Amino acid sequence: MILGVVDHDRGTLNPLSLQMLTFGRRLAAQLNVPLHALLIGAGSQPVAAGLAGYGISTLHLATHDRLDEYAPAAWARCVAEAMNRTAPQIVLAAGSERGHEVMAHVAAQTDLPLAANCTEVRPGEPFAVTRQRWGGSLLEDAALHGDVSRGRALSCPLLTVAPHAVPAEEAPDAAEPQVDLFAPTLSESDLQVRVVSRVEPERGKISLADARVVVGGGRGIGSAEGFQVLQEVADLLGGAIGCSRAVTSLGWRPHADQVGQTGTRIAPEVYIACGISGAIQHMVGCKSARCIVAINKDPDAPIMARADYAIIGDVRQALPALRDALARARTHP
Amino acid sequence: MDILVCVKRVPATGGKITLTPDGQEIDTRYASFTISPHEECAVEEALRLTEAHGGTVTVLTLGPAVAADQLRDALAMGAQRAMLLQTDGAEWDPGETARAIVAAIEAQRQAGHAFDLILFGNEAADTGDYQVGIRVAHALNRPVVTGIKGLQIDGNSVTARREAAGGWEIFALTLPAVIAVKEGINLPRYPTVPGRLRAKKAPIEIVPLGAPANHLRKLCLKLPPSTGQKGEVLGSGPEAVDRLVEILGSKGVITA
Repeated sequence: MILGVVDHDRGTLNPLSLQMLTFGRRLAAQLNVPLHALLIGAGSQPVAAGLAGYGISTLHLATHDRLDEYAPAAWARCVAEAMNRTAPQIVLAAGSERGHEVMAHVAAQTDLPLAANCTEVRPGEPFAVTRQRWGGSLLEDAALHGDVSRGRALSCPLLTVAPHAVPAEEAPDAAEPQVDLFAPTLSESDLQVRVVSRVEPERGKISLADARVVVGGGRGIGSAEGFQVLQEVADLLGGAIGCSRAVTSLGWRPHADQVGQTGTRIAPEVYIACGISGAIQHMVGCKSARCIVAINKDPDAPIMARADYAIIGDVRQALPALRDALARARTHP
Repeated sequence: MDILVCVKRVPATGGKITLTPDGQEIDTRYASFTISPHEECAVEEALRLTEAHGGTVTVLTLGPAVAADQLRDALAMGAQRAMLLQTDGAEWDPGETARAIVAAIEAQRQAGHAFDLILFGNEAADTGDYQVGIRVAHALNRPVVTGIKGLQIDGNSVTARREAAGGWEIFALTLPAVIAVKEGINLPRYPTVPGRLRAKKAPIEIVPLGAPANHLRKLCLKLPPSTGQKGEVLGSGPEAVDRLVEILGSKGVITA
């Protein structure tokens, strides 16, 4: 069977897990085997209720007093124990930060290969996947092997599913899953690294990752002060400011504003990229935007091939004009 | 506090990725190379920690002979020692990379160089495997946490924080430990000219490696399918701005 490890934080489900379960269900159907899911720790019960429509035949719940707060190695120990109990042929997790972290611990604990951010799986001889490199700007076909030198076949590949490889979709004829509760054996060493405290997000602040509109600035803005007009445009659109890695390196904006492969990945309705050339790593950060508008004086900038709309011009003229036009549109809709 | 930073040599991508005709590699004929972004910040973090607490920074990479360039960049920033686990240029999978690094750390320990802290980047920009640091920590029986954007060390106590759902999660560990950091933890310094001159002459300890026994093997590389549709140029003057405002209005994003 296929085992999907569900990512939730104290009862708040990560939606990427629903994509992972959809991916797993299709893979299970292809192999004519059942799909099982594993939930770990405090808050699992309410999350389990929300998974009824995903075609899971058995939900395994790992319960333990010390699973009240996230501890990556302990989470992985639960996965390893679930694997011992149920002998899956493939283990999946979402390609979320926790998904990668927990599965890397599982890989270390079980000495199995882990392929991260898979978009396709081809079980066979050898077991093969297509996975993302460079944040998704490049794809790799890869094979996973057992211990070839010792003639040992691969017992169970570990995979994380690339975010948005498939949309989440409930199964039309899904039955209620059976529930299997188990209490894993956790050592002090497993529990050593755990969340000891949290800082809650600032209320009322628009987070870059969740903003409906992002106005981004690149080197073409010219200076830190040049971002003032971007802020005005963002305010008129109820949006957040973003920036390119060049801008962060120049110290014009804090890293928290950086959109890109090593910064924040955004998924707004509209992303207006101003004076941004469109380096590959930047496009990784904004590829999930519904609509990309580029404002750039270079008609051949790489971003032009990825933008839905473009204004060819100097941002230092275009942005004040855009701000004024938006201000007019608000007062005279 | 003696710190080991593990870095990887990656191509510095620009606007486009091109593959070699056999689909096995990125065409790097015209590319420059760099330390992978998260790791550059790991080098900087190590320098800041030893400036505050004393000790040395050793930088290590697993790669071909030319990866010495990236070690010299780190030496030019201020790292004191450098080690190259030298391959013939073939790719080493995360499991094999971790095994070789663990062997090197163990050899260093036997030679009298024990590391209180081992830093990694969260994931390499190119292969994006997310696992080498955790595998190394597990083999060394050290606590490990990843994705770290804030680090404070007080004696043997480490407080590490990372972003989570718009806020922060805070972890506590004790040294010796392994930590994987993310870009944004600091802004790396530029190497100085004297730094570069020293780095040019600095010795690099080279450990030649045999062939890896990869469990995760690359078959080929391919570009993702392009979305195909061409965008619309709205123009270049004031009428282009007006047209954009119309489009934004139709998407319902102009606030009342």
